[in-house]
Amino acid sequence: MNQVKPVIEVTGVDRSFGNKRVLKNITLQVDEAETFGILGPSGSGKTTLIKLLTGIDEATSGEVQLLGVRMPKLKMLQQIGYMAQADALYTELSAKENLEFFASLYGLKGGNRTRRIRDVMELVNLQEHLRKRVDQYSGGMKRRLSLAIALLHEPPLLLLDEPTVGIDPVLRRSIWQELKALNRKGTTIVLTTHVMDEAEKCDRLAMIRDGVLLAVDTPAGLLQATGSATIEEAFLYYGGVRQ
Amino acid sequence: MRIRAITQRILQQFIHDKRTMALMFIAPLLVLSLMSLVFSSPAYEPKIGVSADTAVFRTALEAQQAEVTGYGDVDSGNAALKAGDIDAFITMKGSTPSVVLEGSNPAANRAVIMALQEAAQSLQPAASGSGSHMPQISYLYGAQDMKTIDRFGPIMIGVFVFFFVFLIAGVSFLRERTTGTLERLLSTPLKRWEIVTGYVCGFGIFTIFQALLISWFSIQVLGIMMNGSFGYVLLMTLLLSMSALTLGTLLSAFAANELQMIQFIPLVIVPQIFLSGLFPLDTLPLWLQRIGLATPIYYGSEALMDIMLRGQGWEDIARDVFMLIGFSLLFMLLNVLALRKHRRM
Repeated sequence: MNQVKPVIEVTGVDRSFGNKRVLKNITLQVDEAETFGILGPSGSGKTTLIKLLTGIDEATSGEVQLLGVRMPKLKMLQQIGYMAQADALYTELSAKENLEFFASLYGLKGGNRTRRIRDVMELVNLQEHLRKRVDQYSGGMKRRLSLAIALLHEPPLLLLDEPTVGIDPVLRRSIWQELKALNRKGTTIVLTTHVMDEAEKCDRLAMIRDGVLLAVDTPAGLLQATGSATIEEAFLYYGGVRQ
Repeated sequence: MRIRAITQRILQQFIHDKRTMALMFIAPLLVLSLMSLVFSSPAYEPKIGVSADTAVFRTALEAQQAEVTGYGDVDSGNAALKAGDIDAFITMKGSTPSVVLEGSNPAANRAVIMALQEAAQSLQPAASGSGSHMPQISYLYGAQDMKTIDRFGPIMIGVFVFFFVFLIAGVSFLRERTTGTLERLLSTPLKRWEIVTGYVCGFGIFTIFQALLISWFSIQVLGIMMNGSFGYVLLMTLLLSMSALTLGTLLSAFAANELQMIQFIPLVIVPQIFLSGLFPLDTLPLWLQRIGLATPIYYGSEALMDIMLRGQGWEDIARDVFMLIGFSLLFMLLNVLALRKHRRM
């Protein structure tokens, strides 16, 4: 057994808002340098789970550990690159001003900051629009800029909430290539999606529905266990729409 | 470093948003100009009652811009005064006229006194030094130091500065939340107090310029009465802006959108205006006066009046300075706590 220390350990986590239980007894682990997909319909609790991992939100019961540190913990936030579902950008500023702002929050400065801004903008193919104001960006461009900001400080853990929504297939493929390249460099990636073909690109998948974790396995493992031909079928199988 | 980043970002946002900048700088000037026009236009014609034995004085008064009514005896005159039918009642004490002002309306007080002075002056040559016709003035309501219309100026500077800064700071902090950037900020290692302090610094720089412009415009262009130090006026305007800024960002935590932020105006701004000293507070019930003591505008306008009208210095405004600093610090602290709603650490 090669003993890989999990980057994320979620143990028996419940999260309730009022008397509504949004997450029910979730337990899972994410290993170093893998791409871990959270698959589920909207309203299933994906975003809530991601927010627990970021440390913005806190579990009602159970615990979340990040690199062995119990969350939420302020200093761990430096280790995370987070991309929210909504593009959290200052639209009246230019892309460059947005990037510089967030770079400063993560303590990047001087030549390193300039270099990182150039690198991430090349990565999402926005280098020509660096000085443009964000309110002139299209939806897809904003999404890419959000991703660029999440990558700025080279975090060992990326938490991406629906990262490829509104991005065209060509660019989506190039983003996936980049994510895989980051994996190879040791970056752990957790992302949510409800696009099935994207799910297949993940190393492992967690299927979640109504706040319940249905299954965690490799895409191939899920297909095999359910006897399905596609991830979509496997998902329907776990979702109780059994044949 | 991080505070500087936020400060710089806010400045950039301002520079890009010309309209908000205009609202902060131009709107107060516009409203103040309007105010000054409204309050300096048509002279009020006072209603003055006179007793039967003031014949000489009465003739002189009637030559002035005043509505003069004669009363047969002192009691009926006093009754009319109490009922508010006349603004002042004049009787003779020997050769000196004695005036009782109704006192609750500063505009009327001033008009009466002006008419009296002019009447007394017109009588002066005839009397040729023997005995004074300058009336002795007392007040039915209000106190000896009853303020004149000039007092509106300092209060209005305070009110408008507070109003515009409150609204702009509140809405821009609110928008951090509604656009998701607050959540994004909270996913960085930024501490909650750093966000609040960053806002105070970023807006603070703008409010310095705003305070400079408004104070200068009010005094130099509008010619609002100014007997004290310009530096102190600037200081008070700035401190009032700070309290507005911190209160606005704090209250934005309790608004879901811009419209709800606007709804704070009748709740937070208007009562403060009424309790700021714009209207005589002495006549209000005690509990209402006490509420006034808990509002920033009260201290701001109190100090501005002390400086601009009474020409007073540090000893007299020190309490107001510390109160406003206290308010700002309190609101900042509460805001840091209110942000716990979004991230507990």
